[in-house]
Amino acid sequence: MAFQNYRWGTAGIGGMFGLSMTITLFFPSFDFRSAESTWVGLDKAMSNGRVIGFSYEDPTVTGQGKPLTVILNKDPKTGATIDPPVRAYVYQPGTPFASPLNHPDNLGPTVKRLSIDKGKIDQANKAQGAVFTINHADVNGEEWAYAENASVTRGWTVDAALSTAGDANTKYVGRGKSIYIHEGCWWCHTLLPEHTQDWQVFGTPPYLGDFNGEMPTAFGSDRKAPDILHVASRNSSREWMMMHFFNPRLVQPNSIMPRFDYLWGRVDINGNPIDFSTWRKEYTAYRKGERPYPPEVPEYARNAEIRALIDWVLTSLK
Amino acid sequence: MLFKYLFAKNEDIPSGSATIFFGFSSILWFIVGTGLGSFNAAKLAFPDFVTGVEMFAFGHMRQVHVLAVILGWISMAFAMTMMYMTPALGNTKLWSEKLGLWTAFLWNVGLSLGLTLLWSGFTSGREYSDLIWPIDLVVIFGVLLPLGINVWMTIAQRRTQGIYITNWFFGACIFMLITTFLVGNSPELFNLTGLTEAYLTFWFAHNVLGLWITPVAAGIAYYVLPKLTGNPLYSHRIGHLHFWSIIAFYSTPASHHLLSAPLPEWLKSFASVEGVLILIPAVAFVANILLTMKGRWSMFVENVETKFTITGVLLAIPLNMQGGFQQTRAINWYIHGTGWIVAHAHLALLGMSSFLEVAAVYFGLQQMMRRKLYSLALANVHYWFFIIGFCTYWISMTIAGLIQGAGKIYEVPYIDVVIAEHPYMIARWVGGTMVFTGNMIWLYNMYMTAREGTLVPKGRYAHELAYER
Repeated sequence: MAFQNYRWGTAGIGGMFGLSMTITLFFPSFDFRSAESTWVGLDKAMSNGRVIGFSYEDPTVTGQGKPLTVILNKDPKTGATIDPPVRAYVYQPGTPFASPLNHPDNLGPTVKRLSIDKGKIDQANKAQGAVFTINHADVNGEEWAYAENASVTRGWTVDAALSTAGDANTKYVGRGKSIYIHEGCWWCHTLLPEHTQDWQVFGTPPYLGDFNGEMPTAFGSDRKAPDILHVASRNSSREWMMMHFFNPRLVQPNSIMPRFDYLWGRVDINGNPIDFSTWRKEYTAYRKGERPYPPEVPEYARNAEIRALIDWVLTSLK
Repeated sequence: MLFKYLFAKNEDIPSGSATIFFGFSSILWFIVGTGLGSFNAAKLAFPDFVTGVEMFAFGHMRQVHVLAVILGWISMAFAMTMMYMTPALGNTKLWSEKLGLWTAFLWNVGLSLGLTLLWSGFTSGREYSDLIWPIDLVVIFGVLLPLGINVWMTIAQRRTQGIYITNWFFGACIFMLITTFLVGNSPELFNLTGLTEAYLTFWFAHNVLGLWITPVAAGIAYYVLPKLTGNPLYSHRIGHLHFWSIIAFYSTPASHHLLSAPLPEWLKSFASVEGVLILIPAVAFVANILLTMKGRWSMFVENVETKFTITGVLLAIPLNMQGGFQQTRAINWYIHGTGWIVAHAHLALLGMSSFLEVAAVYFGLQQMMRRKLYSLALANVHYWFFIIGFCTYWISMTIAGLIQGAGKIYEVPYIDVVIAEHPYMIARWVGGTMVFTGNMIWLYNMYMTAREGTLVPKGRYAHELAYER
């Protein structure tokens, strides 16, 4: 009898833990599956690519194998003006597709149907690459955003999309988000304005469908710095971002943010080596009042990590 | 050295080898963890301290501190206590001393590798489960499962009729931790995305704290205190109330970490209500332990292991009062995401849990090495550095959190909050550094115990002997 009690005890542990997993994991899974992706959700998922964080294509989390986000003001095929400009997500051949493009169930039932019926996303393939965009459709008087495979529906090729956009309108959003994760920015900044007075300063809290297909969501829990979910709506100056990342004390003397000057790499935009030690000496002199102005922040190179990070901040965090 | 036993026959390995290996490893990881914590705190107080080097940037080191403490110090101290308490409570030997040694060895290797990768930026970007999934698999199958098999088999082979409450905690918590690791890391293993990923991240984070770190620490106290005082546990039945209410209630409130996220409202409300029920196991635990002290309160002053244990139990009172109520919507809106939560997390890990484990490691190492502690004075210095450092940290971060909360709801420009928090950031750094210093003294004391401690005769406990120094 005594031995049986322990068998009941063991069964009790399994049963209770199983019940709690049923309530906290299985039941909510129905809610999660029915979440319909919003425009924000589609934009984030398609610009981030398959996975941010450790993955086969990007083990070092530095942004390998990520799609490019381009801003198009002309149709890459016909050359007709597009006003207002649209975003397109360019998956060069071999770039792994974002999770909802591989598994449309992640889009939610209605968005999935629209994205397949109208958007033809099931006709894209990784080996050839594709250009995706976000379109809108009317369903029972309501406007829905859905993913569209523009390579099929509009004949936009990867090369045409990239050359139409040009370097200035090509944004390394997926790579930038990878650097956000790699550098651990999210240990201090959150991406989740709260349902209190927060929204008056930091903007609206996210909606249910804003996360479909995103990985990782990196909400952040320990806020030692402002929420940045909508930072680009408050401040969209690329120059300010540059100075702030190079040395936050240049624009905000009391900031405790680390310097991210190392994201500039070795050379500036003209290929000249960046002399960090001279820069720091001059900056120290400025802080001591020995110089009237701080030294100039070097222009970053075209493919510097900092470019991708600023691209992500200014494009994705609106 | 113990490495020679890795390839020895199981029968030839002296009992207690695994305990000693785990014990010294855990102290070393405690020093690494608190040292990193002190370094990070210095960066928050003085942002240009060690600047411009990617590997020493705050964002690369913060998570290494957290996981070194959780998986290095706390979990290894747990494994250490399991290696000697489980057999002692079953009146038997450890099922396999060799497996225990291999677990300790693999654990140190795997954790060093995982943390080095994490430090370099190989991360999943998910809080608490930041280790990349290949390392997660090493943790599950190379570390936790062998530990579980050893503990479960030792319990099954016991020569006592009953199973003492501590072993209930050990056996169940390892099982729940393995499940938590498997389920919590499923977003990385199966590419689950979106809200599912966000929710599972905090499902993992909640359960690794609520079903592993706090209950196992409590289970340890249920063993250590009766052993030290010679009093039987006040009530085994109240212990079971503690145990079963943890399993029933505290495995469910994961979503109270995400009250601001667009999770289902029913789930958040359910979590908040279940979260308040933590008060049941908390009251059961604290009352049970304090009543066990009846007639032996002088030991709180005289005996250093009792001093650590009782301090840990007393810290469980504010811990659970905070924990039960701060996760309700009525309070959470004010303090969510502020330094208050950081203070609370340190109250759980560095306060309640660590004090209980420190006592168990002191007690177990003396018992297994059959040597009396080298110096009571050094142990007391360790205690006072630890408690003063911890309180400095806890109080300063609580104040900083309240400032931050006020700044949040009164829409104060964020930079003014940063300026107001600055003195508390310095206090936090001073407090953390004191804990770090105390731990180095502890390591020296344990090393000297191993070398020069008075031999404990068979059949006696180390704490029954008088100190010679």
